[in-house]
Amino acid sequence: MNGKVYMDYAATTFVRPEVVSAMMSYHSISFENPSSLYSYSNGNRRAIEEAREAVADLIGALSEEIFFTGGGSEADNWALKGLAFSQAGKDKRHLITTETEHHAVLHSMEFLERMGFRVTYLPVDSEGFVPIDKLKEAIRDDTLLVSVAFANNEIGTIQDVEAIVEVCRDRGVLFHTDAVQAAAHVPIDVKSMGIDMLSMAAHKFYGPKGVGALYVKKGIRLENLIHGGGQERSRRAGTENVASIVGMGKAASLASEEMEFDSLEICKLRDRLIDGVMSTIPHARLNGPVGDRRLPNNANFSFVGIEGETLLLDLDDAGIAVSTGSACASASLDPSHVLMAIGLSHEMAHGSVRLTLGRSSSDDDVSRVLEVLPYIVERRRAMSPLWDDYVARREVL
Amino acid sequence: MLYSEIVMDHFRNPRNVGEIENPDGVGEVGNAKCGDIMKIYLRIEDDVIIDVRFKTFGCASAIASSSMATEMIKGKSVREAAELTNKAVAQALDGLPPVKMHCSVLAEEAITKALNDYLGKKGRPLLPERNQNQLAHDHGNR
Repeated sequence: MNGKVYMDYAATTFVRPEVVSAMMSYHSISFENPSSLYSYSNGNRRAIEEAREAVADLIGALSEEIFFTGGGSEADNWALKGLAFSQAGKDKRHLITTETEHHAVLHSMEFLERMGFRVTYLPVDSEGFVPIDKLKEAIRDDTLLVSVAFANNEIGTIQDVEAIVEVCRDRGVLFHTDAVQAAAHVPIDVKSMGIDMLSMAAHKFYGPKGVGALYVKKGIRLENLIHGGGQERSRRAGTENVASIVGMGKAASLASEEMEFDSLEICKLRDRLIDGVMSTIPHARLNGPVGDRRLPNNANFSFVGIEGETLLLDLDDAGIAVSTGSACASASLDPSHVLMAIGLSHEMAHGSVRLTLGRSSSDDDVSRVLEVLPYIVERRRAMSPLWDDYVARREVL
Repeated sequence: MLYSEIVMDHFRNPRNVGEIENPDGVGEVGNAKCGDIMKIYLRIEDDVIIDVRFKTFGCASAIASSSMATEMIKGKSVREAAELTNKAVAQALDGLPPVKMHCSVLAEEAITKALNDYLGKKGRPLLPERNQNQLAHDHGNR
């Protein structure tokens, strides 16, 4: 990728050439509105339905249970608000989620609280897992829905979804999962896992940005959020983004074929990266679990004494693109809510970087990070009063 | 890029990093909760700042603000250094994003604290310090 080491695949992936190729003709040749009645439009309509089948196959759903959206955030918003609004006048007005969800879920929940719903935000353990006993305690007679991300976007924790679903089923509560980071990276079968609703986004698995999907199990009624024409079987109005939907379908079918192999390869790189960082940089912390319970492409570290934005910018100078949970890199000055929820101190939460790998990641990329990161950490620690305090507290490191 | 070229230059090549042994004045401000801690060391002879060093835990803006502020007071009299404002620091850096202006405030306050440490040891009247509340970051309500 032009000599640059890109390690921010969790933010977005590149669009695979096969996907671009599949999309191309829908911009300029087969450009007709798929809702038009003349025969030219039939190909577009078919292409959308083929994409729907491909997305459904990826997660073991029926194609009529897949609704295309403008991305993962819209899918989350629709699942939560659509279900809540469908309860008008009924008594189930309590929802459960976790403290470590994506803001698309958290901010939707906060909105619903302002609309009179009650929400429980479950704590997580030090690796980011939802304690099942806490979930059991939180469910009440008026609980409508539990929403827990399949895998966390910052620290890569893959939840024990089946255990969570079992609790929900026992108590007659619906289960939604934000699978934006997990879909096409780890196996998901909504039927055998018992998932009622699932959100996904194409740009996290080599598809285009601005398109996503919500799986809604047959029989579940959601209020529409977007009203207008009869698209998406009258449940999500708006002329379909045909090219992007086709791209999402192509990316999904490629993932169905290649996910297992890709994940194994990426896992090897991830583990080399994690082992390398932890063995060469003293007083580093790996945030999130190890092994199979972590997303194959995710590594997240905190370094005592350093603020994350400095690491991000120093790595950028070295041609390495990463992300940080550091507050100072965003408009808000709060450190990552996820890192705080797993029990990190403010200084450790401020000093975090997330490196996420993908199809184009190589051994050379990992070597480059392992070559420059220890030097960057050492240099910035040498100018940090917090590091001095840490050294003094521990006397000898 | 979020930052001006001057900010990035001072972030990449910070001036006056380090400590001074037995400093004539030292001032530390900020806290880990907000993600910024600045510590300024002064060597003062005949009321003139002949050396100044800093150590900073924080973002690029915090490091650049510390670096620029130390450059701006080196060689100045105590009285001249006391007149340094955060606005002057931010201006010298060719501006800071609004959300990062507090970094320049921290630099001003760290210097004021270090100067007060020096003045206090000499039994001289202290400079007024900014109210800590003014430094509080907006941590939002989320």
